[in-house]
Amino acid sequence: MRTVVRVTDCVQETPSTVTLRFPYAPPVGPGQFLMIWLPGDDELPMSVSYTEGGSKGVTVKAMGDSSRRVQSIRPGGTIGLRGPYGNRFDLSPRALLVVAGGSGAAVLAPAAELARARGASVTVALGATTRAELLFHDRFRRMGARVEVATDDGSEGERGFVTPVASRLAAAGRFDAIWTCGPEVMMQKVAALGAERGVPVFCAVERLMKCAVGLCDACALGPFHVCTDGPVFEAGRLTGLPDFARFHRDSAGRRRPF
Amino acid sequence: MADLAVRVAGLALRNPLLLASGVWGESGESLAGAWKAGAGGVITKSIGSVPRAGYPNPTVETYGQWGMLNAMGLPNPGIEEYPREIEVAKASGATIIGSVFGGDADEFARLASRMEGTGVAALELNLSCPHAEGFGTEVGSDPAQVERIVRTVVDSVRIPVIAKITPNAADPAALAEAAERGGAAAVSAINTLRALAIDVRLRRPVLSHGLGGLSGPAIKPVGLACVWQIFERISIPVIGVGGISTPEDALEYVMAGARALEIGTAIAFEGIGVFGRLATGLSSLLDELGIHRLEEAVGVAHRAGAA
Repeated sequence: MRTVVRVTDCVQETPSTVTLRFPYAPPVGPGQFLMIWLPGDDELPMSVSYTEGGSKGVTVKAMGDSSRRVQSIRPGGTIGLRGPYGNRFDLSPRALLVVAGGSGAAVLAPAAELARARGASVTVALGATTRAELLFHDRFRRMGARVEVATDDGSEGERGFVTPVASRLAAAGRFDAIWTCGPEVMMQKVAALGAERGVPVFCAVERLMKCAVGLCDACALGPFHVCTDGPVFEAGRLTGLPDFARFHRDSAGRRRPF
Repeated sequence: MADLAVRVAGLALRNPLLLASGVWGESGESLAGAWKAGAGGVITKSIGSVPRAGYPNPTVETYGQWGMLNAMGLPNPGIEEYPREIEVAKASGATIIGSVFGGDADEFARLASRMEGTGVAALELNLSCPHAEGFGTEVGSDPAQVERIVRTVVDSVRIPVIAKITPNAADPAALAEAAERGGAAAVSAINTLRALAIDVRLRRPVLSHGLGGLSGPAIKPVGLACVWQIFERISIPVIGVGGISTPEDALEYVMAGARALEIGTAIAFEGIGVFGRLATGLSSLLDELGIHRLEEAVGVAHRAGAA
């Protein structure tokens, strides 16, 4: 079933990401996504960055034309919604390492907040291209997480990828679980890191989606459908797949290298 | 336990429950997954001559448990790249039926021949997609054209050819008769019913394409009526499709005349485990009714006659 709502707030989080807030009552779990319909244009899967209460939110990164047009919505603009779809992060770990690359923080921040509210300790490795693109840096700090940063250009934190930071944090602390979201190549490295240390890793995977209800096969990843089997996967289920971090499928279902 | 094995269109199927075309069939891994979940065979996404992205989203509208509207727009990787997916599916041991769509008889024949070369067991011709300009229903609504397409394909391949016909025609059984004259080994019916959803707040159709096709439990009585009428007018087997989600639904189609069945939308409601549950449930239902082999039940409702 589809609902049409008016956007109440638009927040430019970073130069490339915008948060839209809107009233939506159905409960949404950490990790789940909504299909956001821009009438007359496109419908896109978006993980929910504000999951609690009646005002939900999604945080959109400018990727293609459609996501840019979603970003251009102003307060009072209408969007269609269906969902939530997909599974959720298990909130039982007591000591969490969160590894976020770019807009991956959109799904990890609300999940980490919920884990904090249940008393978990949260350590975050946050990566972005440059300082201004660090998504939800303050939000992670406000929830009482320890945050370490990496930027490609070294404008804040360590210069380079976020995975070496994650690796150092994993070596220095004891964690019950690692949550990660970002490019698949990054998540694969995080998966290897968890395997090395014997810490379970959970990846939130993003793939092209059409139906979102497990029929159309657009989001097929090996034997899984990201929309119904995911988007959260225990990393061990992904790392052996020929396609994880190597191939994605385009709108025609063609396998294409990342 | 009652025997669910059936023979249809020259194929020996372990059970009559086939994965319907368009569902789970873009990737070989998914086809293999449906087979491993207990499908009696798997039908590929309809494959065309060139890669096709399909329509922009929204491509589906959901209606709780009673149905689903879609206009995917025949997305597919194209016949050049699709053999990789068949290879992956074949490694699972699946019985694979290759679905193709073309704009005319010659295009169908070229695609069918390429598809045969991948090693599929049979072909299904998509003469019935209700929402793609120049394809599907647009080439499958005229009996003469259906006969010509089926004959051209049958003359160019050795494997059995199944014609999937549309319910969006005045006399679907006439299309089935045309397929039989053309040499089809079986007819599958029905494809989705042409349908529409409008968002009243936005005053516009929901799907980007406007018109789409309705599937799911809502269309089961329509599919049953088509299978019933087709069964009375042709002598080749009928494959029943449309809203099957329980063992009773499946047996209804069989008693109306279907020798095999296709399952699609039920996967959205129940997951791929629906194949295993339907097979077990159908077998139990036959036991309860004292029917030893599913094939004994094909078309039996016709013998009761009409009052």
